[in-house]
Amino acid sequence: MAQATFRIWRGDSQNGSFQDYNVESAPGMVVLDAVHDIQGSQAPDLAVRWNCKAGRCGSCSAEINGNPKLMCMTRMSTLDLSQPITVEPMRAFPLVRDLVAHVGSNYRAKKSIRPFKPRPPDFPDGTWRMHQRDVDRVQEFRKCIECFLCQDVCHVLRNHGLHEQFIGPRLFVYSAALEMHPLDTESRAGALKHSHGIGFCNITKCCTKVCPEEITITDNAIIPLKERVVDEYYDPIRRLFRVFTG
Amino acid sequence: MSSIDVPLRQGRFGQTSRRDLWWVQPLVVFCALSAFLIYANWAAFQGEHFRFGPYLSPFYSPELWGDPVESWFGAKPAWWPGWLPFSAAIIILWAPAGFRVTCYYYRGAYYKAFWADPPSCTVGEPRTHYRGENSFPLIVQNIHRYFLYLALIFLFFLAHDVWKALWFTDSAGAATFGIGVGTLVLAVNVTLLGGYALGCHSLRHLIGGRRDLFTSNTRRNAYVCVSCLNRRHMLWAWMSLFWVAFSDIYVRLCSMGIWTDWRLL
Repeated sequence: MAQATFRIWRGDSQNGSFQDYNVESAPGMVVLDAVHDIQGSQAPDLAVRWNCKAGRCGSCSAEINGNPKLMCMTRMSTLDLSQPITVEPMRAFPLVRDLVAHVGSNYRAKKSIRPFKPRPPDFPDGTWRMHQRDVDRVQEFRKCIECFLCQDVCHVLRNHGLHEQFIGPRLFVYSAALEMHPLDTESRAGALKHSHGIGFCNITKCCTKVCPEEITITDNAIIPLKERVVDEYYDPIRRLFRVFTG
Repeated sequence: MSSIDVPLRQGRFGQTSRRDLWWVQPLVVFCALSAFLIYANWAAFQGEHFRFGPYLSPFYSPELWGDPVESWFGAKPAWWPGWLPFSAAIIILWAPAGFRVTCYYYRGAYYKAFWADPPSCTVGEPRTHYRGENSFPLIVQNIHRYFLYLALIFLFFLAHDVWKALWFTDSAGAATFGIGVGTLVLAVNVTLLGGYALGCHSLRHLIGGRRDLFTSNTRRNAYVCVSCLNRRHMLWAWMSLFWVAFSDIYVRLCSMGIWTDWRLL
């Protein structure tokens, strides 16, 4: 079995440092296995958040060799074991301790998004009918596991710390799922422009690259929302048209 | 167990824990876009060697003013400022250039390559202040759909150029049907530009994406077709950019007598 050196961030929001741990790499092992090995034998006080170990819960998000990834879905065989493997917490959020970041700002931002408001039921029994062709688009967004890797990699949050002015890719996906829903009657364009900061996104597509569920965040959620904001605020012909049509 | 002191906060420009060659992609984009810009500006200001037989360089199409016989409105317009060198390309190139500059794909690419905003994902930036596309000048990017309308009109002109490139003048002065390598070059050019323009994010929105309900299968199918091209928008963008420059080079070198245009039919 090969030896791997893990360089793991240890510390809290005040101070800390990287510390090296040696682990035996076994076939089929993932980074989370190695972290558990370290926690079990070398550093019992190492704080790490995890749950399903199957890429479904989105709890074990971290930065492995500088790339935001789920630890449970990153196989050791994909990493270069001749160099230390760096494992850090998500940098876009306040650090709690070691590998655990505080992601509460995302839940606060989610509450600021106008909730689903369906049209009146289509039938007396209180039900609706939808065409599959209308539902297809939003189904992709339902795959999100809220791992917040997209929020972590977004430079608007990560490098510029605009958490209060910009809700971030995950919550644009959530907004798109509501905004494009065939039953929804609410308009979120105003909020997207004024309080959710969609104009801060400069389409780097980093969020799409890191999504473990392979949601095409930029092309299918953010850009369509940007276009809806353009409809509402930046298209003079459409605005003129609205003057006459009401 | 050993300890290494590395502060856990976003650091200086270029700082990252990434081990891969993250700088290669923005560098390639920087070089490719710079090379295209330099060549396109040079070619646009030449004002000659843009026509060879039935072929017209896409940089000069449509030729609104220029050649007194071939252009739509005759020679150089009287209102053209004397201090500015005249070229038939400058009058029209702002439209396709605007389409590319405001394109969602290119925006992301050149923000990284030219402004390092960010240089690459999870890499430190040179600036601390950031306004995004919220204010002038980048708020102007929102007019992309108007450049799309112009780009779609240009596609018709370029397709018409391919039609004209099928008709060669024989020694008796009559137009005869034929296909040369230049015809194929121009046909590939309009195909690639079509793939790029028809996969535009704004077109995808306008054709159906703006609606929550598609209301008809026709609209839904149109949306699916544009989405299909949109999935490879980056590829179409680069291939069409390369080929439009190559088309100009082909016509230019044939016109200068450096290359020979082979007749296939």
